[in-house]
Amino acid sequence: MNSEHIVKAFDEELQRLNAVVLRMGGIAEAQLAGAIEALVKRDSDLAQKVVAGDEAIDQMDIELDDNAVRTLALRQPMANDLREVIAALKISGDLERIGDYAKNVAKRTLALNQLAPHDAARSIPRMAKLVQAIIKDVLDAYAKHDANRAIDVWHRDEEVDEMYTALFRELLTYMMEDPRNITPCTHLLFIAKNIERIGDHATNIAETTHYLSTGKRIGGGRPKGDLSSFQVVNPADAGED
Amino acid sequence: MVTPMQANAAAISEQRERNKESDAMSEVEAVQAPRPELARVAQSGPTAIPKTAAKARVTARDVNVYYGDNHALKHVDIDIYKNEVVAFIGPSGCGKSTFLRCINRMNDVIDGCRVTGEINLDGHDIYARDIDVVQLRARVGMVFQKPNPFPKSIYDNIAYGPRIHGLASGKDALDEMVESSLRRAGLWNEVKDRLRQPGTGLSGGQQQRLCIARAIAVNPEVILMDEPCSALDPIATAKIEELIDELRENFTIVIVTHSMQQAARVSQRTAFFHLGNLVEWGETEQIFTTPNDERTQGYITGRFG
Repeated sequence: MNSEHIVKAFDEELQRLNAVVLRMGGIAEAQLAGAIEALVKRDSDLAQKVVAGDEAIDQMDIELDDNAVRTLALRQPMANDLREVIAALKISGDLERIGDYAKNVAKRTLALNQLAPHDAARSIPRMAKLVQAIIKDVLDAYAKHDANRAIDVWHRDEEVDEMYTALFRELLTYMMEDPRNITPCTHLLFIAKNIERIGDHATNIAETTHYLSTGKRIGGGRPKGDLSSFQVVNPADAGED
Repeated sequence: MVTPMQANAAAISEQRERNKESDAMSEVEAVQAPRPELARVAQSGPTAIPKTAAKARVTARDVNVYYGDNHALKHVDIDIYKNEVVAFIGPSGCGKSTFLRCINRMNDVIDGCRVTGEINLDGHDIYARDIDVVQLRARVGMVFQKPNPFPKSIYDNIAYGPRIHGLASGKDALDEMVESSLRRAGLWNEVKDRLRQPGTGLSGGQQQRLCIARAIAVNPEVILMDEPCSALDPIATAKIEELIDELRENFTIVIVTHSMQQAARVSQRTAFFHLGNLVEWGETEQIFTTPNDERTQGYITGRFG
């Protein structure tokens, strides 16, 4: 039962919120793709563009906040309309953070490009690809208000976390082998962490989308695969790879 | 002490008693019908307020209203711009309906009611000596709280105004005016097959839309609405609110409402009245998200009133 409101202006306002969220999502996807490409190709110009491009997402976040407050004050939305406005507010916050992390990846790339290329940089794009697919699917789920798709996406974050844990160990190992690896690997570590956080925010969007469609939270705790907090690599193990 | 509301109610019911006609007729006739005592003035060609193509803007400067000794409305200054909806909100007895009635001089019919200050319609003072009040009330129409269709057919309800103001050149023109008004009020499809049936046979929401059609039949510039939806259910209310949104294209609308939520939904600017004072007025979004005055904030958040 998806009929329109009797007062058409109400529909227009909700659609505008939706549209801004999707536009922000598109830009966030492009920012992440640009940041990863800049990393892989060691392209500092592209990295600069990504850094500058974050401003657009920040502006849209502010625009959406203002529109959401206005809609809440002037329309007193109820039930699914209310969840619609709240969801738009929360998702825009998550997208704004994703944009920030993508910008940070680009910034670190600028630093990395001043050092010699490093092998470990090859693992990062694999993790990024996973996250990019998650973002794309979760935005699709939001656009269609598809709760089942949101649940699907929600489960995939575990794999990202596992990749991050493995990458963490790998980078520690490199750093112990040779002190000259420390600078690049530290940057790469932060980059990996940023991408892992992007995955977490995309998962938040999945949870919000599920709530938007059904009015219920996704049951149970989120499966956590990020065990990096517990990682210890002994110097004896380091020489094995 | 008699509150302005009580004084007002008493005055109007006295007036009705004297007229000895149906409630509907007397209230609305006061708005639309020629008054015998003004007939002489009307015939001698008073300075009617020129209907210019320019902004139908209402401006009020230092307007005060007294019911006897009771100073009911104090030093009101406000501007109402063309093609916008302005909502008047405030607790009971705050003066919002009193001020609304000043705009088309409905307060004239209340004994003991005195208005000072200046109210301009398109730059001309509506309280000037040579103003034709009948004409004024055709240009500034009014819709009341309780739907009050005339005890006539639907057709005659709409045709009444144009007939007495001589706006239609013949039957065909009149038919067209009736149809156009009913269409613009979103009622045509529902009543086109029963125009000769009594207006009182319609549902509450339909009757109110009939009253709106009746008001717009005489091509007003401003439409005043005194709590037009308070007698209606939520769906009928929503239909009227959508109608107001559409009417805004052609008319300037001032609506008094007890419901702050309605004021928020329907208006572009809102004025908050309290104890006879105009406390604050401005863009609706600003009033309802970041009001400047504490009293405004207290009222809209439900802390008093």
